[in-house]
Amino acid sequence: MILSVNHIRFMYPSRPVLDDASFSVNQGELLAVLGTNGTGKTTLLKCINRILQPAAGSVLIGGESVDALGRNALAQKIGYVEQQRSGSRATVFNAVLLGRKPYIRWDITRHDAAVADGALEALGMSGHAFRFLDELSGGELQKVNIARALAQEPEVLLMDEPTSNLDLKNQLEVLKLIRQITRDRGIAAVMAMHDLNLALRFADRFLFLKGRKIHAAGGPDVVTPEIIESVYSVPVTIVSHSGNRIIYPL
Amino acid sequence: MVEKTPAAVLPVSSTDAFLQSSARKRLILLELAILTLLLAVFALHAGAADTSPLQVLRALLQLDTGISNVVIWNIRLPRILAGIAAGAGLAVAGCVMQTSLRNPLASPSTLGISHAAAFGANLAIVFFGAGTIHSSTQDAVLIGNPYLVTLTAFAFSMVAMTLLLLLARLRGFSPESVVLAGVAFGSLFAAGSTLVQYFAEDVQVAAMVFWTFGDLGRVSWQEVAILTVLLTGAFLYFLLHRWDYNALDSGDDSAAGLGVHVEQIRFRSMLAASLVTAVAVSFMGIIGFIGLVAPQIMRRVLGVDHRYLIPASAVTGAALLLFSDTLARTMISPVVLPVGAITSFFGAPMFLFLLAKGYSKR
Repeated sequence: MILSVNHIRFMYPSRPVLDDASFSVNQGELLAVLGTNGTGKTTLLKCINRILQPAAGSVLIGGESVDALGRNALAQKIGYVEQQRSGSRATVFNAVLLGRKPYIRWDITRHDAAVADGALEALGMSGHAFRFLDELSGGELQKVNIARALAQEPEVLLMDEPTSNLDLKNQLEVLKLIRQITRDRGIAAVMAMHDLNLALRFADRFLFLKGRKIHAAGGPDVVTPEIIESVYSVPVTIVSHSGNRIIYPL
Repeated sequence: MVEKTPAAVLPVSSTDAFLQSSARKRLILLELAILTLLLAVFALHAGAADTSPLQVLRALLQLDTGISNVVIWNIRLPRILAGIAAGAGLAVAGCVMQTSLRNPLASPSTLGISHAAAFGANLAIVFFGAGTIHSSTQDAVLIGNPYLVTLTAFAFSMVAMTLLLLLARLRGFSPESVVLAGVAFGSLFAAGSTLVQYFAEDVQVAAMVFWTFGDLGRVSWQEVAILTVLLTGAFLYFLLHRWDYNALDSGDDSAAGLGVHVEQIRFRSMLAASLVTAVAVSFMGIIGFIGLVAPQIMRRVLGVDHRYLIPASAVTGAALLLFSDTLARTMISPVVLPVGAITSFFGAPMFLFLLAKGYSKR
């Protein structure tokens, strides 16, 4: 087990968001965090990464508490891909090179540039290295964000709705790459998502949030019409097609 | 006969291309620095007092004790060094403000710091009796008590800076709130200046207007030294955090995920940038445009990588102010034109040209 989240509680001044959230993720495993809007998916990811400081609970990576790590040391262990925002005037290569920031003492080395190069190649973006971010399509931009996180050489990868705003082709392409890379590199990945069918297709385990708490968690078996209806208040049915389970809202 | 095979064309990796582009940017930086140095040498020679290059050299080496020695060491050299330090300081402050607040319009003047300094100077001229008439060949009006004016201007720019940072901290330091608060403070101090001017006498109004023109000729070696020490400290801090500024470009949460203490870096950067601005403006008056335009020009020429953008903004700011001041001194010599007007007059078209041309790729 690489990532262990224990009894996390978080409150904004106006309202509580998360209460007693506990789960763990193994190496090479992809966990989908699911739930309605405003249910605390993003907050959970930010608490793991200490972008937000939880009121209670602990996060361990390989048995070590993230509270014991400085920001750079933490960034060497956790890569974070935030919800997609518009691109800046940086070039793709410079953006991915930022993933090496936690390792930089005074300036980048040739090794840092080579790691960034490798991350771009893994995402199939080598040919775009010197384009500006604001010239890229949504899918390309998201691949750059993931490449930057990979350049951090993390043990844990947190992704906040990595396929939002992408078309179907790009959704499948990006998730396939995430699936492959996390398995190949033994990265424990946590991904907040909205699309249940994509989650079912690509994730190994599932965690449903409801009313500030973890409502259900487990393998594919936990994704049942009853659980989905209790979380989203929408009746669904699940059918099998070519070996894949597909969720239909009724 | 052995047939020659064409040499294999090796594909250039992204790493190699990136390293090549970095080398190219360092070369541009070096060229800019040399250009600024040449400009400084020319500025030493140019001016109302007729000094030949040989006389300048002899005066610099302390071989000449005549009038040219006085002109070079007491007038031109401090003025040139002040131009370099103030230009570099204002430009680098503008660069860091723009990045920290993620707003291309952020600059010492748009954030109200210059207006606060002007209000302080106006107050000193009217209520502390620091403005008088002084006749000379160059100026009809001079500030009677420049130290008092400088101190009051500095005090008020620090008040503006403190209020701005305190308010921003209360609001969780969101870039938008800082920019909006800066605009509000700017309006407030500008209104204050208008009121002070309304109740002032003609001579005092003339002194106030004179102060706001901006003038590098006001500084002595002591002020150059203060500004240089402060600028060096701030510049080193900015350079040390150049990767943090690059990360801030990708958004606050992404930057935090890359190991940046977002609020801390934003607060300290604004503090250092405001301090440099406050000192420069208090010593020399309002020199607009440099803080806004120098970093924007360099963003377009060299890109948004702060490893190059910070030093390049500093050198460009220094060169722009030095060029403008030399022009102001020599265009209709012996009359010295307001340097702030010259910086805008030449900076604006250059900026518009680059705006139309777009960004450099690498």
